Order: sequence, then C-alpha cells, then structure tokens
Amino acid sequence: MSVKAPKMAGLKSVAPKAAPLDMVARTGNEVMAEAMRQINPDVVAAYPITPATEVVQIFAGFVADGLVDTEFVTVESEHSAMSACIGASQAGGRVMTATSSQGLALMAEMVYIAAGLRLPIVMAEVNRALSAPINIHCDHSDTMLVRDAGWIQIFSENAQEAYDNMIQAVRIAEASAVRLPAMVTTDGFIISHGMEGVSLIPDEAVREFIGTFSPVYPLLDVDNPVTIGPIMFTDYYFESRRQVAEAMKNAHQVIADVGAEFGDRFGRRYGYLDAYRMEDAEVAVVALGSTAGTARAAVDAMRQKGIKAGSVKVRVYRPFPADMIRATLGHLKAVAVLDRSDALNNHAAPLCLDVTTALYSTGLGASRPSPPSERPRILNYVYGLGGRDIKPADIQKVFGDLEQAARGHAAFAPAPQNESPMYLGVRE
Amino acid sequence: MTRLTEIRWHGRGGQGAKTAALLLGDALLGTGFYMQAFPEYGPERMGAPVKAYNRISDAPIDLHSGVDTPDVVVVLDASLMKGLTNVTEGLADDGVLLINSPDPPEQVRQETGIKKHRLYTVDASGISQEIMGSNHPNTPMLGALMRVADFVDYGAVKTGIRQKLAQKFRGRDQIVEGNMAAVERAYQEVSGE
Amino acid sequence: MSDATQGASEKEGRLEPRHGWRDMPLGGVIPKAGSATEYETGDWRSIRPLHSKERCINCLLCWVYCPDAAIRLQDGKVEGIDYEHCKGCGICAKECPQKVHAIEMVPEGRIKEMEAGDRDVR
Repeated sequence: MSVKAPKMAGLKSVAPKAAPLDMVARTGNEVMAEAMRQINPDVVAAYPITPATEVVQIFAGFVADGLVDTEFVTVESEHSAMSACIGASQAGGRVMTATSSQGLALMAEMVYIAAGLRLPIVMAEVNRALSAPINIHCDHSDTMLVRDAGWIQIFSENAQEAYDNMIQAVRIAEASAVRLPAMVTTDGFIISHGMEGVSLIPDEAVREFIGTFSPVYPLLDVDNPVTIGPIMFTDYYFESRRQVAEAMKNAHQVIADVGAEFGDRFGRRYGYLDAYRMEDAEVAVVALGSTAGTARAAVDAMRQKGIKAGSVKVRVYRPFPADMIRATLGHLKAVAVLDRSDALNNHAAPLCLDVTTALYSTGLGASRPSPPSERPRILNYVYGLGGRDIKPADIQKVFGDLEQAARGHAAFAPAPQNESPMYLGVRE
Repeated sequence: MTRLTEIRWHGRGGQGAKTAALLLGDALLGTGFYMQAFPEYGPERMGAPVKAYNRISDAPIDLHSGVDTPDVVVVLDASLMKGLTNVTEGLADDGVLLINSPDPPEQVRQETGIKKHRLYTVDASGISQEIMGSNHPNTPMLGALMRVADFVDYGAVKTGIRQKLAQKFRGRDQIVEGNMAAVERAYQEVSGE
Repeated sequence: MSDATQGASEKEGRLEPRHGWRDMPLGGVIPKAGSATEYETGDWRSIRPLHSKERCINCLLCWVYCPDAAIRLQDGKVEGIDYEHCKGCGICAKECPQKVHAIEMVPEGRIKEMEAGDRDVR
C-alpha cells in the first residue's frame, strides 16, 4: 500500500552538507581511546569501571592489533593501576590511564603521590557520582574529591573537546615548568557514551604536536641512580610541596600557550573560559562540562525574552582562572554558579567557592577586596547529582532567579529561603 | 532558522536499539547533518527495557540534556507497550509513532488504545526472520523510519548504513547484504493510515 | 633529603636545613645513589651486636637478614659490624644458628664499661 509520508515539521528539506564532511561519528570514550592510540604511550595500566571501561577496552584492542607500542598492564585494582603508572612514569615512560568515581577514590592516595613525585601521567577521567548510594551516572563529585591533589583538571564539554584535550594534556603535563599529572574529564554517559561528529587530526600531526617524552631522573638510567619518594620530615616537606604549588602556577601560562598553538595548527583554539553572549550580559550562569552547552540554549531563549543573559563555561578547573573569572563576571549584576557536586559544608559547593573568592578580591595576595560594583550577587545551585537530567527549562528558571536577584528584589526568596547552596531539580 | 528533530527508540537489551540509534547518527553525519546518538542505561542486561535517542540538526547541537519531547518514537518491541513502558510519553499529538508489528496501524490502535499521533507499523521482526533467519529488527526499522520521516536523502543514508555494516561485519558480505535487503523491504512495506 | 646533616650549617648550636624550595630537586628526588650511608644511625642503638670471629662459621645468615646492611664482609667472610649504621635490632644474633652463637647482643652501657676497664666481653 502507498504510504502517506507527511514531511516532518521540524526538519523538512534541510540543507544537507551543513556539517563538515570530514567529521566522523564517535562517542566520547571512542575518541579518547583514539587520542591514546595516536599518542602511543609507553605504558597504560588500568582497571575497568563504568563508564570509563570502554576507553581502555578499546585501547586494549589497539594493543592486541599491534597498532601501538604500548606495554598494557592489566592490574587488579585502580590503586594498583595508579601505582603501576607511577612506577612506569618514574622509570622513564610516557604513561596514561583512565578511571571514574570509586576507581578514582580507591586510587586517591596514589593520585596525590603522582603529583608529589611530579610525574606527567595523563588520565581520562569519566565523571561519575561517588557512592553511597551506588550510582553509575554523571556528576562531578569524583574529580572534586582530588581537586587539591595537584593534578591539572581540564573539563570537556563534548566529544570534540575530549579528543582535543587529551592531546593537549600531554604537552601541558610534560612541560618542563609544569611536570604535573593531568586529568581530562568527560561527563559520564552524556559524553562518554554519546556519539557526536568529531574532526580527527592525522596521526603524524598528533605525534609532532606532543613530541617525544623527556623523562627527568628516569629510574632506568642506571648510570645515574637516584632515590625516588623518600621520607621528608618537618624540615623539608613544606619546601617540596611549595614547589608543586609553583608548578601549578606555571601551568596557567603553559595551558594558554598550548591552547593557542593547538588553535594555530588545527583550527580549534582553547583557553580557560568560553564566554557566550557575555559582551553586554547583566546576568550569567557558570558551569563545568556538558551542562555548558545546554546553558547556551537557555541563554538564547532568555535573550529572545529580552533578558541580557550570558553564560561562562569553565574549561580548566585546576589551576583555577581567578583573574579571568573576575574579568568576565566582575561587572555583572548577578551570577549563578551551577555545581554538579556538593561540598556539604552548609555554605557553598566547590565551583562556587572558587568563583566567589575570585570575585571577592582583586587578587587575594594583594589583600584588597574588589569594589562593591565589581561584586555581583552570587547564587549557587547544586544540580544533576547522580545523573539527574538538567534541562534548558531548569536553567531558564535560574535566569528568572538571577533577574530578581539583580534587581535587588526584596521578595526574592528562592524556596527554601536564603539557602545556600540551592538544589535545582531535586524533588522536595 | 535552526531545525532540530529528536527521535526516541524503545527496545529491550539485545535487540539493537542503541546500535540502531548510533547507526542512524553515523549515517546521517555522512550526509552533512549534525547529530547526537546516545543510549539511556538502567540495568545493563538482555531483555531489560532500554531507550536510545537521536538529535538531528542543520546546526551544531549544544543541548546535552535528555530528549523529553521527541518528534518521532520508534518501538522495536511491541510487548513493551503492554503496560511496561509509556512509549508515547512526550510525543507531540501529531508526532510519528513507528512500531515493529505485523498488524496494521488500525489494529494496533484498537489493542493499545492509542488515539493520537501518526501511527505506522512494519513487521520488522518478520522481515528480519525471513531474510536473515533471526530476529534483529533494528536495521529494517531504520528503513521504515527513513520512509516515514522523509526528511533525509534515503539513498545517501542507505549508503552510510551499508558502509558502517561493512566495517562492522568485515568479510561477511552475506550479513551485510541481508541487512540491506531488510532495510529496503521495510522501507517498502511500512504501512500508515 | 630529610637529614639536616646534609648541607647543614651551624646556627645557635643546632643544625639548620639549607635548601629553599627553589633549590629542591624535582619531586623530592635524592639525585644520587647510596646517600643513606651518610645518615649515621648508629647512635639510635641501645644494644649492640658483638661478633666472635673464632666461633663464626661464615654461613652469612646475619648478612642476609641485616636490615641495615651493617654486617661487613671481606673475601666472603664476616669481617665485623658497621657500628655507624647498626641500629641494634638484634636480628643478626637471632638468625645466627643456635649451636654457633657467634653474635651476642650487649647493652651499650656495658660496652662503655668494658672499654673503660679494657675487659674482654666474654
């Protein structure tokens, strides 16, 4: 029988060939594994955990097919994974791994050690909620657990960024002024398992960009033997840790330089913040990860209603771009920080803590508070825990609150009243 | 003006709902659309209800939230409609509902009580069984979807599907040919009202 | 390096660490081999092993088990104890075969007496 096939209201006769035809369809995990293949590290030691498993599972296939030279070490736990990575990196190899959530938590002591030993290990960290309760879906509690460990933390909004960030992370971590491990995050399931169009870089160009690895004090250099990881008492520990802080300071410029060079070579330039419609914004939301994309849709909807809305995506969380936050947001009337994790301090969630201190002062070291005109009203929302979906409508509601806060609305009282942080999308 | 179409797939674990969504996304990317394809996970086991989604647009897609108001719903396993899943949730009144069923749409309406939406049925399982000797309804459903959705170049998407299948089933041409024949048959045999 | 003896300076009668954070080797590495020998832990001892060459059968079990590598060998035979590093744990005496009993643990206090009176330990 003949079929009446009415045209789709949404997408009829759309001009094809809108997307660049060199794009390939990849999930976040697939594209991170692809980046690892091109980076071709000396050692990968990893243990599986949802939703990161596929990264190393796919990579293991590359190993089995002889597409990489990597020594792949199957270990019995994530703690062992990071231990093996540390050993291999100190031995003199370029080392990578991947994990999530409980796996990151289990390896936490070794994560701190990797940074203290100044080993430029690169990790794909797929953001998944920490137990309890057990949850396999996305939130940022896992990487927040180790935000003070001394690792570079770069958040990816989508699959393209995940790919580009993995490649840049190698350069950033290994820079001589830095020598810190780096984690590249993707939102669990949302990006890790979501397929999108991605532009890949040719193998040779990736190799050229990352260069060869130059280890410092490699254990395998038996002609120059050293002792790694000694104890340090009250007389030296502090100086050693001060060095780590300096490395994180140096990372600030290195990250910008690498992102600019990446842009020059491959056409996609990266920095610390992505400011969307901020030129004349009066109110804005700030977010990490994939939510930043959804936020842009909400910004557009608010602009249609005549609200001067904008949004800021924070790409690099560690080191934290305090200067840039101040420059981008300081002049606004009200700012909402969206946190996909909670600090459980009856005060403010992690990203909000960093944003607020940045806005409070013109440089804490200078101990000069910013003038009141440069201190917007700050609203903090915890959202999306355990993978709870966040929709453009939710963010539009936040903009509604921002509008009221901006006008100094006496009646502005997000329910429940005067609570910080507020909880967006939880059933009361 | 940016146009966006959203599709939701319903199936049981093991029937290929996720694969169908990814295959569709992959093939559409090849014709120049921006797309997203993503599954929704509950218990990861055979037989459990699963959902998968596609977004298709002529502009880069910023949204990373879930699909709540699909324009099209595809049901790979009609048994899901027996109380287990509300497959029409969020579907617009004039949205497309495509169901894997040997029965004509009128009969499905009678049995399920669904009054709204534009209903189409195709015996994807039957086609799959006849051509490939097994129940893999996902590829024929893609063929039927291309017919009722009518927003893309069917020929180009078909080529894309063939390419992906050829990669996946390297050296096993019979499987690829079987799938493509099922796609084409479903394209021809899908019935509306 | 955690011992203040390395590169230390005298200051009010105490040894002060010298390196500022800018001078520290990367990642707390000790960029040389065998630096533990410079850390003289002998004064941690409260009992010390006394080794009898006459009774010793050179089985080398004490050398195998000593956690501080403080048994000194010469041509495959036990030559003596490195008292700069021996911490007096007593493992050598414990591991020396019972019938051989070539090592005896003696309180440091008694050693001083012996040295003062120039008396044989046995």
